[in-house]
Amino acid sequence: MKLLGVLRTKGQRPAPPQGAGGGAKAQGATVVRATDLTKTYAADGVEVRALRGVSVDVEAGSFIAFIGPSGSGKTTLLNLLGCLDKPSSGGLEVSGTDVTRLDRRQAAAFRGAQIGFVFQSFNLIPVLTALENVEYPLVMVQDRPASERRTRVLELLEAVGMADQRDKRPEQLSGGQKQRVAIARALVTRPELVLADEPTANLDRETAYTIIALMKKMRDEVGTTFLFATHDTRIIGAAELVYTLEDGQLTGRQERRG
Amino acid sequence: MVNVVKIAVRNLLRYTRRSLLTVSLIAFGVVFVLVFVAMAGSFKEAIVGSITDNYLGHLQIHRRGYVASIESLPLNLNIEPAKLAEIQQALREVPEVAGASERIKFNAMFSTFVETTGLRVTAVYPDQEFAVCPKLPTRVAQGDRTPAALARGKILVPELLARGMGIKVGATVVVVATNKDGSVNGKTLLVSGIIESATGPGGRDGYIHFEDAMEILRMPGKEITEVAIRLRDFGQIERVGRALRERLEGGGGGQAALEVHTWAQLSPFSTVARLIDMMALFMKVMLIAIVLISVLNVMIMAVYERVREIGTIAAIGTLPSRILSLFLVEGVLLGVAGAAAGVLAGAAIILALNVWKVSVRFGGSLQLFVLSPRIDLFEVLVASLMVIVVSVVASVQPAVRASRMEPIDALRHV
Ligand SMILES: Nc1ncnc2c1ncn2[C@@H]1O[C@H](COP(=O)(O)OP(=O)(O)O)[C@@H](O)[C@H]1O
Ligand SMILES: [Mg+2]
Repeated sequence: MKLLGVLRTKGQRPAPPQGAGGGAKAQGATVVRATDLTKTYAADGVEVRALRGVSVDVEAGSFIAFIGPSGSGKTTLLNLLGCLDKPSSGGLEVSGTDVTRLDRRQAAAFRGAQIGFVFQSFNLIPVLTALENVEYPLVMVQDRPASERRTRVLELLEAVGMADQRDKRPEQLSGGQKQRVAIARALVTRPELVLADEPTANLDRETAYTIIALMKKMRDEVGTTFLFATHDTRIIGAAELVYTLEDGQLTGRQERRG
Repeated sequence: MVNVVKIAVRNLLRYTRRSLLTVSLIAFGVVFVLVFVAMAGSFKEAIVGSITDNYLGHLQIHRRGYVASIESLPLNLNIEPAKLAEIQQALREVPEVAGASERIKFNAMFSTFVETTGLRVTAVYPDQEFAVCPKLPTRVAQGDRTPAALARGKILVPELLARGMGIKVGATVVVVATNKDGSVNGKTLLVSGIIESATGPGGRDGYIHFEDAMEILRMPGKEITEVAIRLRDFGQIERVGRALRERLEGGGGGQAALEVHTWAQLSPFSTVARLIDMMALFMKVMLIAIVLISVLNVMIMAVYERVREIGTIAAIGTLPSRILSLFLVEGVLLGVAGAAAGVLAGAAIILALNVWKVSVRFGGSLQLFVLSPRIDLFEVLVASLMVIVVSVVASVQPAVRASRMEPIDALRHV
């Protein structure tokens, strides 16, 4: 039965609810609506309550940092919002889709269409060049035609200042350069939402600043929503909204201007 | 698909040495199978050719019950003239028959006037016999190699006897035999040649002319012991054998009935031939094992080494089915590369074996068999396809494992 299902939908991805890859929503629309999210891990018979009722709404085009001590649940929250994991209870809508109902395959398709990821350790594909890494989501996830890919990829490499390094493999790039490529990769599909878990943790402070500025610039130009989990004061400084997590609960909300 | 292949190729090239090692191992297995099949095939062909072309022919027809007591060369199980006519008629109607040789076989006393010994005699019409057993002349070590060597009054003496009794070409000998009625008769014959023995039944017989045998055995009419048949195409033996059997074994009934045998049924070498086929099969099983183990090993390693990468591409939204295909293609490419390299190397070796000829000698020194190993496209395709299919099978489990990984778990992996 499973095989049949796969065959039937072969070539056509489970339809993303709306605006697949269609760029960011108008300012003010709600991208994420999380209500009373909990996440409990059962590790070696011991229950760890990583999230204990988190409710948060995220407007399109936000630049939000989740801060908090180590183990407070930042990564867990980002994983839920990024549809990498399912909440133990609570409601979660991303881009108007109830993502708690998606199966593995649908969740993968949803991520591919709606969400960009920037990882702490960059996670570029080592056998692909900078250009191919940026191109990857368009080729291997969204199956876009070559003509469309070319211009978009070059545009983004240009935007992150990596156009001249495009034929290098990740191992030939510095940490900052890798993270630029990773940002280009996260943005190339024009996702509504970009999630970045400690994106600057492996970078020196100077590079970290450049990376943050770059993401802010992309937000300003494209209107993509950025959510961070971070300790980096520079990100915190750049964020317009800062949530504090403590022991799996949101304990603070601080709005900033600029 | 192009991109899946590109990524798979790059991942293979990433661990160049390991991939090369695996490809070489597979290629090695393929080479082994192809060269073995080619060598065994030509070896078989050479021996079978030697047996059929020296003595047996492709098919033989006897009176029913003769083959069961063939060792004593009985004379009371001859084919009567009426039956012989039936056989001749049947053979004329089978277009695949290239030639037929009517023979009388009997035990005789063989004397040089100084010494006497026993001799198995095959009496033939020289033209018929030379047509059915084209290698017969090559066995004539000394003397006349033409059918004239078996003209009336001549005898070809087996080398072993000639050596032991000091018989030279041109000597006079006497052949004495008892016929089926018990009367003894003999005839003086001129030694026209010394013939080397050949492998297989009948390989040590002396040869005389058919009508000399009729005279020695005092036959009132023409009776024969057997008919040896040569076909135009070796591959038709089974089919023609069946057709003749149907036609000749059915009628007559009882003692007068006939029996048709193929060379394989008459020669113990057919067992060796079957053994060779089994060894070829065994080699193929080994090849399957090599491919299975080496591809499985590499792919398990590949998945294990790339857990974080799998987590990354899964997180980014690569569908499980595509992750599956990435790893499947990688494994299959190993098989394809190994098969291709193996076929090329195997073909080169087989070619080389044909250039620097390998020869095999059976028994005597006159008949030297140059092996000409050949492999047909079908065998090549079967071996290649087998390797590729097995490499798919070997990749399935690791690929499925990769496609089922949970991205968060995989990303956490260090
Ligand atoms: N897979 C897991 N299994 C068990 N416990 C986990 C798992 N992931 C996280 N935790 C626990 O959940 C809590 C929150 O972790 P995490 O979300 O990683 O915090 P942060 O990112 O803020 O450091 C921690 O106590 C952590 O040990
Ligand atoms: Mg964390």
